[in-house]
Amino acid sequence: MPVIYIDDQPYEVAAHHNLLHACLGLGFDIPYFCWHPALGSVGACRQCAVKVFRDEHDRRGQIVMSCMTPVRDGLRLTIDDPDVRRFRATIIEWLMVNHPHDCPVCDEGGHCHLQDMTVMTGHNYRRHRFAKRTHRNQDLGPHIHHEMNRCIQCYRCVRFYHDYAGGKDLNVFGAHHHVYFGRHESGALESEFAGNLVEVCPTGVFTDKPARRYYARKWDLQSAPSVCGQCGVGCNVLFNERYGKLVRVDNRYHYEINGYFLCDRGRFGHDFVNGEERIRRPLARESRGASLRETSADDALSRATQAVAGRRVIGIGSPRASLEANFALRELVGADSFYLGLSDAEFKSANLSLALLRELPTASLHEIETADAALVLGEDLLTTAPRMALALRQLARRQPTAESIVACPVPEWNDQAVRELVQQQKGSLFSATPGPTKLDEDAAAVYYGELDEIAGLGLAVAAAVDQPSAETDSLATQIATALRNAKRAVIVSGGNEAVMQAAAAVVRALRRAGRDAALCLTQPEGDTLGLAMLGGRALSEVVRDGAECVIVLENDLFARLPEADATAFLERTKTLIVLDHSITRTTARADVVLPAATIAESTGTFVNYEGRAQRCFSAFAPQPDVRESWRWLDALRSSLFWPTFDDVCRAMAQAVPAFAKAPDAAPSAAFRQIGNKIPRQSPRFSGRTAITAQLNVSEPKPPDDPDSPLAFSMEGSREQPPPALIARYWAPGWNSVQALNKFQQEIGGPLRGGDPGVRLIEPEAKP
Amino acid sequence: MLNAEEKQLIEQAVRHYEHPRAACLEALKIVQERRGWVSDDDVRDVADALAMSPAEVDSLATFYSLIFRRPVGRHVILVCDSVSCWIMGYERIVQHISERLGVGLGETTPDGEFTLLPVVCLGACDRAPAMMIDGDLHGDLTEEVIDQLLVTYRGKKME
Ligand code: SF4
Ligand code: SF4
Ligand code: FES
Ligand code: FES
Repeated sequence: MPVIYIDDQPYEVAAHHNLLHACLGLGFDIPYFCWHPALGSVGACRQCAVKVFRDEHDRRGQIVMSCMTPVRDGLRLTIDDPDVRRFRATIIEWLMVNHPHDCPVCDEGGHCHLQDMTVMTGHNYRRHRFAKRTHRNQDLGPHIHHEMNRCIQCYRCVRFYHDYAGGKDLNVFGAHHHVYFGRHESGALESEFAGNLVEVCPTGVFTDKPARRYYARKWDLQSAPSVCGQCGVGCNVLFNERYGKLVRVDNRYHYEINGYFLCDRGRFGHDFVNGEERIRRPLARESRGASLRETSADDALSRATQAVAGRRVIGIGSPRASLEANFALRELVGADSFYLGLSDAEFKSANLSLALLRELPTASLHEIETADAALVLGEDLLTTAPRMALALRQLARRQPTAESIVACPVPEWNDQAVRELVQQQKGSLFSATPGPTKLDEDAAAVYYGELDEIAGLGLAVAAAVDQPSAETDSLATQIATALRNAKRAVIVSGGNEAVMQAAAAVVRALRRAGRDAALCLTQPEGDTLGLAMLGGRALSEVVRDGAECVIVLENDLFARLPEADATAFLERTKTLIVLDHSITRTTARADVVLPAATIAESTGTFVNYEGRAQRCFSAFAPQPDVRESWRWLDALRSSLFWPTFDDVCRAMAQAVPAFAKAPDAAPSAAFRQIGNKIPRQSPRFSGRTAITAQLNVSEPKPPDDPDSPLAFSMEGSREQPPPALIARYWAPGWNSVQALNKFQQEIGGPLRGGDPGVRLIEPEAKP
Repeated sequence: MLNAEEKQLIEQAVRHYEHPRAACLEALKIVQERRGWVSDDDVRDVADALAMSPAEVDSLATFYSLIFRRPVGRHVILVCDSVSCWIMGYERIVQHISERLGVGLGETTPDGEFTLLPVVCLGACDRAPAMMIDGDLHGDLTEEVIDQLLVTYRGKKME
């Protein structure tokens, strides 16, 4: 590893980094704007200046942009020299010339990289006394608020939106001091990843529009680490609460999964937590035909317990409920009476996924991104696993880069140079889908056909991998050649059994040929795979069998069964008990409804498409009558078995061998840092004593949390928590999300202490 | 809508490059030469013709100050404001034209005859101060020369 000298002190750094990356990684603070670990360097903002010296005798030195300077052995530099300090202060003063200085009304205030960098450079007095240039803002749709005057022209937005994510409708307009970042005309942003602009833009130009409704500063938010439940990818998120409302959802960095970016469904799709449709009180009806009325928890529980006692009860689980909730239901009704709560197609696909994942290795999103070839069979990933599509796009961009920079050595982080080299070349990404998808433009070749034709193509590819032939005119041979030539290949599929089998056949063929190949199967919901691992019967059987008493866990049967079947089944059911967080057509027919906590208010474990168990923690305590489903279900038993989350999780790990490692997904509730719990609130959390003063002037005791090592409080450990428990990114001087730099082993690499979660499935075929 | 001639010229330009989008600036010039400026609709049409998005085309169109994204007068006057012309008194020249036309830089006369714009070095430093009207270069400018030129161009109609 090369050694560089910062103020004459030697430091070992990685050879493939630029100087900014290396210095930040060593813990030095250099202000920067346009560089981003996932987007590379363009040298646009000129903020990251340092002084380098020719040798140890050179005392004059030369100012360079650290983000554009490759690391080399023996390089000598200083970060803290009067010349560079003055240079950086001048740059930020220029950047701020037209900035409106409207922090008090800006939604970025308090977690703004521009604020942090301005303070860091020491620019604290405004000399510019003239008119500022102003812009007209655009309406960018329901998710992103636009305030162009705050722009400092770092180009990060276009580089993420257009270059990285492939969005076509946002760009930069004009030149010199008239640059404008936005759309060609007002209108909703089209990219599935537009929400990342909120975090990518270092200023308040692009901000989270839904969060504006609940106006709150970052330091006033109560937050907890969690997982997105909107599809089976299992991206890590932070849920942030204030006044009992979910204010915003932020990306939570996970090196192997989502990295720095989420899809918009994950970021903006959790509105139901605050929704009008929420069930906040238990409901019950006197008799069939009477209407549902609010009742007390005790009453609802005693009705439910009576209904359950001594009857054959069946339980219907859910792929959107936690493992623990599904397990609690299975324990209550018995394994024989537990049904998975999946449609027929979902049931088959989930079980087949499980069988295939037990046989063949799979790949994380990071492994997809860094693979050399990929084949997508049958899936429109932008609908079924959006973040995976973004990872595949990076594969398609990265692979020609890797080849080009061999021929013409420019560092991979030098984004502009790399893009000049690569031009419109595409990597070995192939896609076969029933119709056009947005991933097509990144693919080297595309095929459209019926699902059985797609399966046929898959099998042909597998055959061509087995028997490479000279003729290359068929698509199957072309794909097979690319896959065989790849050091690492991934095959992505999901949904349809025949297509999934074909995908598995390609992976098997590649492995027979001695290649490193992995199978990635999308899952429709946050815990589909976990549910299949728990195991249970198919919903279609229940329709046939019928039952006197049915408990439905966080599920709407009308979304799983044909309309007539669902209606007939529920009519035959004498007592229907439903646990859910929001009104559905199923809750409307229930005799007892128990209000379930949403993912943002619960502690639980979810298993993503790779078989990775991940823990979500409640960001805020639910309202008094709302409980986590596993708690309600435990209360329905003759006596309480599981007073805390760890009890139910451990019971599950013992009862179900597949989940033996599930408790390791995160530290247990007993975990302490120097004797302290980890606070969900920042030390600056304001209004604690006044927040409920309209109800009672005495400050209420904060809710206890027996389920996790996190506390609903600003008091507790100030240390950096273990990765599964990081509730916010903050470091001294770094209030923005870019404080994340201080949480990683290497910037852009794994989190300190390793990325959270445990893989529960070990394939027979070792990768 | 692009007319048949424009379409054909753009197709021709595309053939010179590996990727259609490389002909974008060419296409914008083709449109501007015929229409005087490039409207929002034109941006969309060019985008369609080159398999680009309107935002991508407009990004390029707005970068170049000589692609006009707003209507201009029948004659476009480009007054050089670079260093040689500045030394030779370009400010006086601009002021004189402004007074004669009653418009400032970046504006078009109400009768739609002239648009007055600044431009960087025209490569005529030896004849500074210089300006360009509709592509014709005029150097060694004085008040009298300018008055004469304005009369001449006012009489000229666009062909
Ligand atoms: S809008 Fe934000 S991200 Fe884009 S250039 Fe301006 S400051 Fe940078
Ligand atoms: S890709 Fe799936 S898990 Fe990730 S943020 Fe989007 S919906 Fe959520
Ligand atoms: S971060 Fe180096 S120039 Fe912007
Ligand atoms: S400076 Fe005006 S023509 Fe060169």
